[in-house]
Amino acid sequence: MRPFAYERAADARSAVAARAAGAADGAGAVYLGGGTNLVDLMRLGVVSPGVLVDVTRLPSDGVEETAGGGLLIGAAMRNSDLAAHPLVRRRYPMLTQAVVAGASGQIRNMATVGGNLLQRTRCSYFQDVTKPCNKRAPGSGCPARNGDHRNLAVIGQSEACVATHPSDMAVPLAALGAVVHIEGPGGARQVPMPGLHRLPGDTPERDTVLEPGDLITAVELPPLPFAARSRYRKVRDRASFAFAVVSVAAALDVEDGMVKDCRIALGGVAHIPWRAERAESALRGSPATEAAFAQAAAEELAQATPLPHNAFKVPLARNVVVRTLLDLVEAS
Amino acid sequence: MTTVAAPYAGTALDRVDGPEKVTGRARYAYEHAPDDLAYAVVVQSTIARGEVRAVDADSVLQLPGIIATIWHENAPRVAPIEDAELTVLQSPRVAYRGQVVAVVVAETIESATEAARLLRVDYQVEPHDVELRADHPGMYRPDHVNPDYATDSELGDPEAALGYAPVVVDATYSTPAQHHNPIEPHATVALWDADGLTLYDSTQSASAVRATIAPLFGLPQERVRVVSPYVGGGFGSKGAPHAQVVLAALAAKQVGRPVKLAATRRQMFAVTGYRTPTVQRVRLGADEDGRLSAIVHEAFEQTATVKEFAEQTTVVTRMMYAAPHRRTSHRLVRLDVPVPTWMRAPGETPGMFALESAMDELAVACGIDPVELRVRNEPTVDPERGLPFSSRNLVACLREGAARFGWAGRDPEPGVRRRGRMLIGTGVASSTYPVYRLPSEATARAEPGGGFTVRIAAADIGTGARTVLTQIAADALGVPPAQVRMEVGDSALPRASVAGGSSGTASWGTAVVRACEALTDALHRRAGDVPPGGLEASVDTAEELRAQRPFSRHAYGAQFAEVGVDVDTGEVRVLRLLGAFAAGRIINPKTARSQFIGGMTMGLSMALFEESVMDVEFGDYLNRDLAQYHVAACADVRDVDAFWIEEEDPDLNPMGSKGIGEIGIVGTAAAVANAVHHATGLRVRDLPIRLDRLIGRAV
Ligand SMILES: Cc1cc2nc3c(=O)[nH]c(=O)nc-3n(C[C@H](O)[C@H](O)[C@H](O)COP(=O)(O)OP(=O)(O)OC[C@H]3O[C@@H](n4cnc5c(N)ncnc54)[C@H](O)[C@@H]3O)c2cc1C
Ligand code: SF4
Repeated sequence: MRPFAYERAADARSAVAARAAGAADGAGAVYLGGGTNLVDLMRLGVVSPGVLVDVTRLPSDGVEETAGGGLLIGAAMRNSDLAAHPLVRRRYPMLTQAVVAGASGQIRNMATVGGNLLQRTRCSYFQDVTKPCNKRAPGSGCPARNGDHRNLAVIGQSEACVATHPSDMAVPLAALGAVVHIEGPGGARQVPMPGLHRLPGDTPERDTVLEPGDLITAVELPPLPFAARSRYRKVRDRASFAFAVVSVAAALDVEDGMVKDCRIALGGVAHIPWRAERAESALRGSPATEAAFAQAAAEELAQATPLPHNAFKVPLARNVVVRTLLDLVEAS
Repeated sequence: MTTVAAPYAGTALDRVDGPEKVTGRARYAYEHAPDDLAYAVVVQSTIARGEVRAVDADSVLQLPGIIATIWHENAPRVAPIEDAELTVLQSPRVAYRGQVVAVVVAETIESATEAARLLRVDYQVEPHDVELRADHPGMYRPDHVNPDYATDSELGDPEAALGYAPVVVDATYSTPAQHHNPIEPHATVALWDADGLTLYDSTQSASAVRATIAPLFGLPQERVRVVSPYVGGGFGSKGAPHAQVVLAALAAKQVGRPVKLAATRRQMFAVTGYRTPTVQRVRLGADEDGRLSAIVHEAFEQTATVKEFAEQTTVVTRMMYAAPHRRTSHRLVRLDVPVPTWMRAPGETPGMFALESAMDELAVACGIDPVELRVRNEPTVDPERGLPFSSRNLVACLREGAARFGWAGRDPEPGVRRRGRMLIGTGVASSTYPVYRLPSEATARAEPGGGFTVRIAAADIGTGARTVLTQIAADALGVPPAQVRMEVGDSALPRASVAGGSSGTASWGTAVVRACEALTDALHRRAGDVPPGGLEASVDTAEELRAQRPFSRHAYGAQFAEVGVDVDTGEVRVLRLLGAFAAGRIINPKTARSQFIGGMTMGLSMALFEESVMDVEFGDYLNRDLAQYHVAACADVRDVDAFWIEEEDPDLNPMGSKGIGEIGIVGTAAAVANAVHHATGLRVRDLPIRLDRLIGRAV
């Protein structure tokens, strides 16, 4: 690991300023959340910033109610605190379930909401600086495509990159259309999920639409009463402490056996938390039956373009969407 | 042979070193810090085959705190011993990706790490071949297999017998490469002084490290001392010295200061050994009642170009079941891969996955209960060696295990039991492990102020050996354990065999008993009077072992698994695992239980998770950390239990014990795979049993 400087920011403005000053020095400056991903990547030599601007002490580390029944979550809030928050648990159970399904207790105690959203892919080539990787070293190639891609994307990937976004938390946030609050060198702005993350295209080195120096200050959960009955289902290779092979966040509003509204997002299948818009629109107004769920899942997954070693994710995602929706119906 | 009276053997004595360990006073290899210490970090090759052309040593020497960069052009020479894994930095050849091509020594670990990262190495690249296939044209017949078994065996006419057998199972199984991943990474602190070389090392055998390293540096054995009082696990990866020991010694010699070198978790995936992947074809011929007429077990494995390691995958099949016609074989291919080595029950572990899966397939084919099938094929003497068994309680383990597990009345129909969204199934497999005993020396000493000290260069790698040997010595001396001080883990102590092959307690225990007996005799001759300088007796068990009567000696067990398979996702969870073992006399029920359930847990982990994935394009194992190389998490290990049956065997050793460190992992994976078949009707013949091996099929 190369030597670096460490600064602790007291508020968003000074964090942005400290980052800009660090970047001007030439070495490169980045924000530091819990460090559970960033520090690992520094150890591996994947990133070597000259300055770390610690943003875990920013005042925005709690939950506030917004007008209209939503919640505003501070970016510095720890994952475990987010999951345990009574309002989150009551209004958005799929968010709590997703967070506690991720990583381990120790890591969740360190990890922040902002850092969780911006964690990098777990593609093993990305983590190995002795090998090519378009995301890490643009233009060097993508060995995963012909190599090990069992855990990588089946939807929306490009010739240049087939990585997945690994976050569990981001999946229900995408389903909810959470709004990411950003403070940047050019001022403040807001980006609704799933629009924060981007598909790899020709520029897989960019995971998100954030510009250099953009700081996530908060994540706003819009009011969505039927999300009080929502679920996160994570399929993984071992019973805990494993990234999702495929996951589903779903909320369902059923009246008289008909789907009035729904939200569905998939994890582990794409470069972004994948909002299943096709499935959602197929379901709105249709009967809440297994056949309708299967049909909607099939419509969503028709766009899948799996690789040889991850084709199993397509039937898996279908099964998990159907089962999660059925569970929601049964629970109601 | 009579066994010693045993008031303390058989009791659950707490670990004598427990307080040291839990209070952090026990010092492990990396924690030794001699004055003027320097830190070494290795640089690994980024090609799988070729030559190092140049190392840009000068540019990193400019960095702050860098003391030296050592590579093949400037490394001190070592003697050209046969083990090329250890003659490091002596030539430009690169034989696998991740091989050490340079070492950087610095004032701090941080500077050394950064310099190692920056060091430019230029290579001349050659095409590599890293893919194990059973039909690889390079397959050859090794001269023998580990440790010294015949490569092949044949009795009768197995092909003909298979030709006329009414029921035949012919199936091919595979097991992936697996890495040991002990909790303590390999570490060495090397120190040269006027007396020679001292190594604080994390090893399963201080004596073996000394014996191997001394000739490399042209030193007589007495001038090398290996200190290794505490070891955080090994599973075979610390059974013999690997490159890091030599590198630490070389670096310390080069810079004239003590040097500390530890492998990182990621580096361990290339430089500290692993279990070879295997492809195994098993053919069983039987009559309609499941009585075997033929057993053929052929294994295909890989080894490195640096050094041959031929795992004894099918040797276990030579003694498991009765059948007049039989053949076993091993074929190897030399690939451009890291050097494989022993890993917990090498041979038996992958071999029994295949054989015990095939037995289950035969039970299904014959419509016979799988417990009954095994009982039916129980041999009366060792089927290939013709020797009587010193004791063999496989049937008792199967029967008693079945009773406690609730096997009776099991519906053999696969794929019909549901609990919520889970398909439920149960499976059984046999376990076994040979009884080895190796020559060792020990000294017992009566201290003038009272109490006894017993010395042997044994290794307690976390198993509880120090505790168990204390109990053994106490019984042999006829005193309470509190009066015995056991000293282990130092090559300056009487030479001892490796903590491997589940032979430790048997080998060291024999030496300890004999030394204590000799001391007791000497004390008797002096009417119990201990002279001011103390009284000592030393023994060497080599002769006693040579006089051992010929028997087929093995421990046995039976493992029962209950699994749930999610019908939507193919996720497999082991709901219950029960092991029944017959392993001679159990000396300490507490440490023994840990070994049994620890082995079973590792077997569960092997069944469902563990796999080192070869990157064919670049030639290394890809998943080099514990986030990617999955071992069972606590949530995966729900209900794992073991018990043992009383076994009196007078033909083992003075304690009447058999080794228990490895048998727990043998057969577990097959029991789980057989349960998965019972649950789903799907036979998974390739480990690990991941959900993608089930989801695309019928689930
Ligand atoms: C062994 C292991 C297992 C794991 N398993 C899972 C799992 O199953 N599921 C899962 O979802 N996750 C898992 N994780 C990942 C974990 O959730 C992330 O590492 C964590 O959420 C990152 O948060 P952090 O605060 O530590 O981020 P950091 O590591 O501090 O930062 C991550 C990135 O975000 C940037 N950043 C941080 N805060 C801000 C901000 N406010 N504004 C702008 N940029 C910011 C940093 O510059 C950096 O680029 C696992 C991690 C490990 C190590
Ligand atoms: S999939 Fe993306 S992250 Fe992985 S190697 Fe290819 S470019 Fe790199």
